[in-house]
Amino acid sequence: MPTTPVVELRDVSRRHDAASEGLPALQDTSLTVQAGEAVAILGPSGSGKSTLLNLIAGLDRPDAGTVTVDGVRVDGLGEAAAARFRRAKIGMVFQFFHLLDDLTVVDNVVLPAQLAGMARGSAHRRAAELLESLGIDRHARAHPGRLSGGEQQRVAVARALMNRPPLLLADEPTGALDSASGEDVSELLRALHADGQTVVLVTHDVALAQACTTRTIHLADGRIAADSCAEAVR
Amino acid sequence: MSAGRRGVLRGRAGALSRVVRSGVRRRRVQTAVIALATLMAVASSVLAGSLLAASSGPFDAAFARQDGAHLSVQYAPGTSDTELRATGEAAGVSAAAGPFRTTTLTPRFSDDLPAPPMTVVGRAEPGGTVDRLALTAGRWATGPGEIVLPAGDWNSSVVGRQVTFPDLPDSPALEVVGTARSATGTAEAWVTPAQLTALTPHGQPNGRQMLYRFAAANTADQVAAGRRAVTAQLPAKAVAGSQSWLTVKKRAERDTALYVPFLMAFGVLGLVMSVLIVGNVVATTVGSGIRRIGILKAIGFTPAQVVRAYLGQALLPTLMGTALGVVTGHLLAVPILSDAEDAYGADGLGVEPWVDAAVVAGVLGLVTATACAGAWRAGRLRTVDALATGRGQRAGRGRRAARLAARLPVPRPVALGLTRPFARPARTLAMGTAIVFGAIAVTFTVGLGSSLGEVMAARDHDAADVTIGVLHPPVPGSETRQADPSEVIEEQPGTRAHFGTATTSATVAGVSGSTRVTAFTGDASWAGYAMVAGRWLHKPGEAVVPTGFLTATGRQVGDVITLEGRRAPVTVRIVGEILDPRHDGMQVLTDAATFKSAEPGLAPTAHHIAVTSGTDASSYTDALNKELRPLGLTADVGGSEGGSEMVVTLNSLSTLLTLMLVAVAALGVLSGVLLDTRERVRELGIHKALGMTPRQTTSMVLTSVVVTGLAGGALGVPLGVALHGWVLPAMGDSAGLRLPDTVLAVYQAPELVLLCLGGLVIAVLGALLPARWAARMRTAAALRTE
Repeated sequence: MPTTPVVELRDVSRRHDAASEGLPALQDTSLTVQAGEAVAILGPSGSGKSTLLNLIAGLDRPDAGTVTVDGVRVDGLGEAAAARFRRAKIGMVFQFFHLLDDLTVVDNVVLPAQLAGMARGSAHRRAAELLESLGIDRHARAHPGRLSGGEQQRVAVARALMNRPPLLLADEPTGALDSASGEDVSELLRALHADGQTVVLVTHDVALAQACTTRTIHLADGRIAADSCAEAVR
Repeated sequence: MSAGRRGVLRGRAGALSRVVRSGVRRRRVQTAVIALATLMAVASSVLAGSLLAASSGPFDAAFARQDGAHLSVQYAPGTSDTELRATGEAAGVSAAAGPFRTTTLTPRFSDDLPAPPMTVVGRAEPGGTVDRLALTAGRWATGPGEIVLPAGDWNSSVVGRQVTFPDLPDSPALEVVGTARSATGTAEAWVTPAQLTALTPHGQPNGRQMLYRFAAANTADQVAAGRRAVTAQLPAKAVAGSQSWLTVKKRAERDTALYVPFLMAFGVLGLVMSVLIVGNVVATTVGSGIRRIGILKAIGFTPAQVVRAYLGQALLPTLMGTALGVVTGHLLAVPILSDAEDAYGADGLGVEPWVDAAVVAGVLGLVTATACAGAWRAGRLRTVDALATGRGQRAGRGRRAARLAARLPVPRPVALGLTRPFARPARTLAMGTAIVFGAIAVTFTVGLGSSLGEVMAARDHDAADVTIGVLHPPVPGSETRQADPSEVIEEQPGTRAHFGTATTSATVAGVSGSTRVTAFTGDASWAGYAMVAGRWLHKPGEAVVPTGFLTATGRQVGDVITLEGRRAPVTVRIVGEILDPRHDGMQVLTDAATFKSAEPGLAPTAHHIAVTSGTDASSYTDALNKELRPLGLTADVGGSEGGSEMVVTLNSLSTLLTLMLVAVAALGVLSGVLLDTRERVRELGIHKALGMTPRQTTSMVLTSVVVTGLAGGALGVPLGVALHGWVLPAMGDSAGLRLPDTVLAVYQAPELVLLCLGGLVIAVLGALLPARWAARMRTAAALRTE
């Protein structure tokens, strides 16, 4: 049965410094991620992993090519439209969690919904469900600084899922965690994928990629060096 | 010193200079804020100091050079010269001159225009121990037919002209042979004693003038004590009037002294603000640059070099601001000092070098001390601590506020912005203080404008809806009569009230110069004169006078005065004190009937009309003009009015200084918000990654200053009102005016609310640029910031 592509990149190029003749971060890259897939982007530092993720999230624009996410052409969006796009379509998880230290866990989690204008009651109900399902509801009133790394990353995942995005992007989600916490987060991503969540994961960690994704893409010097999906087809 | 050692020193200085320059370049906004705050403080201080020096300098110099009279007393006829000479021996008198015989005459010059009455003094020579007269043109009067006029009133071209006295038998004519300056203006003309006798109508006794210097005469009390001492042995009626040198000095200094209180207020505001801003900028530069300090120390900078580097970053813009401030202060002083030159007859009044030196030393000293305190902290930081601390951002403050704000029924970006001041209380306090000072300046200037408007309204007393002006006033004493429009006005439908004003002049014993008399036909109580004390005049024989008149004559409400110089002396009782700065305050306003016998030909030169409610003044004027045409008169809509160059200058100066202060306040906010925004780059990136739009980002940043702006406005406005309540009476005092409540209580509740919102406007203006910067920030780059 044909599935709908959630991410579609066509001949995308991006230089480090678009204004000058900077080094290419990504060159003529084409990629499709279907709904429900869990894809790992692997590669050494400087291979273009983060650039690829930023382009998919609408945080950056390509110098050439097109980026389409869940039917939305992201490469042409203005700042405000890109922000609205992220609210609706993307959930992001970062290596260093990027939680707001001054807000409580629950306030961090409801933030994307509040930016989208969701009613306060509905937002808090949704946040409570997520925190409970991720096993951190007892920390709802705590500030992120008091939690362990693994717990903070769970909060970040809860926040990413708040607006029920069709695509979850994770940038080195275990990079700042000890091995136990890393395993914990890996399990969580696996569970999310099992529930049908489309996931794009950027990581150095081959073990993590193998544990929680169904497809791996290797980037080298801004190009796709290997794609397990294509190899499987071959 | 060896070449090697010199090379090492040059290298160190070069490294330090590069660090200072790069610091200044990195913090352009803070540099501009320091420079502008210093510029304002220096400019207003130079202006205030120059005016203070210029206002007292020329008079004091002339008074000392000419041994001016601390007290001049006009004695009534009947006191003998022997008795008067004896007064010069009284206790406390260090020197005396006189008695000089005096008379009051009405002159006419060769152009045939009537002139006000003048006090003529018979004086044999210009020298002496008291009030030596400085000849400014021609020579002294040495024989009959010669007269000398005061230099302050006449220029040298008057020498050679004829003065006639038509009121005297045979209308004697005298030739002006010179002009002379008296430090305290003791006469309006001098002739030889023999000539004075010739000018005195047969049988009319002369008055006498005595001039005194006292051992102590620096205060009004000391001069009053001297007056009591010299008149103690004489009958009470012997003294017709007296004039203190302090009154003359105040009058001479008034025009420039008027500016001093408000310029001092702005100078202090600017100084406090620049110290505050420099202190804040250096503290935040050190606070946010701890890692940089650690790196500098790690590569070999000594603590002293670090202190010098941070001191240099503050002093470089301070020096620029000081230099520009001195230039600006000089430029602003030019038109005002030019007025002072006219007032004193002095040439080349300029900014005294000591004023520049004192202001520059004061400002630089204060700023250096403030910057030192911040830079000292940078020098004392341990390298290892600085390197470790600089990597992390402090968090934890304002969490309770954040929790509370999360429950507010407002959009989330707004709630996030509202909690920001609680996360950085010290920075918020610094921004708030800048806003407070901005709000003080705006409130003060608005109040100043309103108060000056009230003073002008009182001066113009233009409450009339329609005015009839008489183009050619009749010459006093002539038989020509002007047509009287009173009946026409009364019969005109729509007339509610009307009165006429006639003007003449008279002299008051003991006071040099003539006093303008305004005589009303009809009830002028509605004319718009502002009462300071007492009541308006109700009948002939009553008068109201401005504060300046009471000060100059030493009289008070309730006293009786005699006006001379007309056909017969006129006695009036002062029943009220009014606010009217015109004619140096030397005015008497009375009913026209008071002068019925002294000046029978006195006729109104203007008529003022109030129309009934609902009557259109223009239509009324058109209809009235048809009736007035046969009389050759024309009515105009509105009262008489006139601008004031001084008010325009005061308003312009205060507006300029306020705009500068507001700009500095807004830049203070900008500097704080910019620093805050840069520190929160990662946080802003997270918000944007989660879907915060540029508009939401802008509103979050702008909201972060709303509470501070409102609080600053709420605090600044009452302080501005208090400043107004302190400066305005001081300005009034400098101008010789007592200001009534209508002038001082100018703030209305709605206006105060708007002024409070002014603090918010300053805050939002200052936060706009950082908000735009935050909204345009690239999310991916922001997220990479750690």
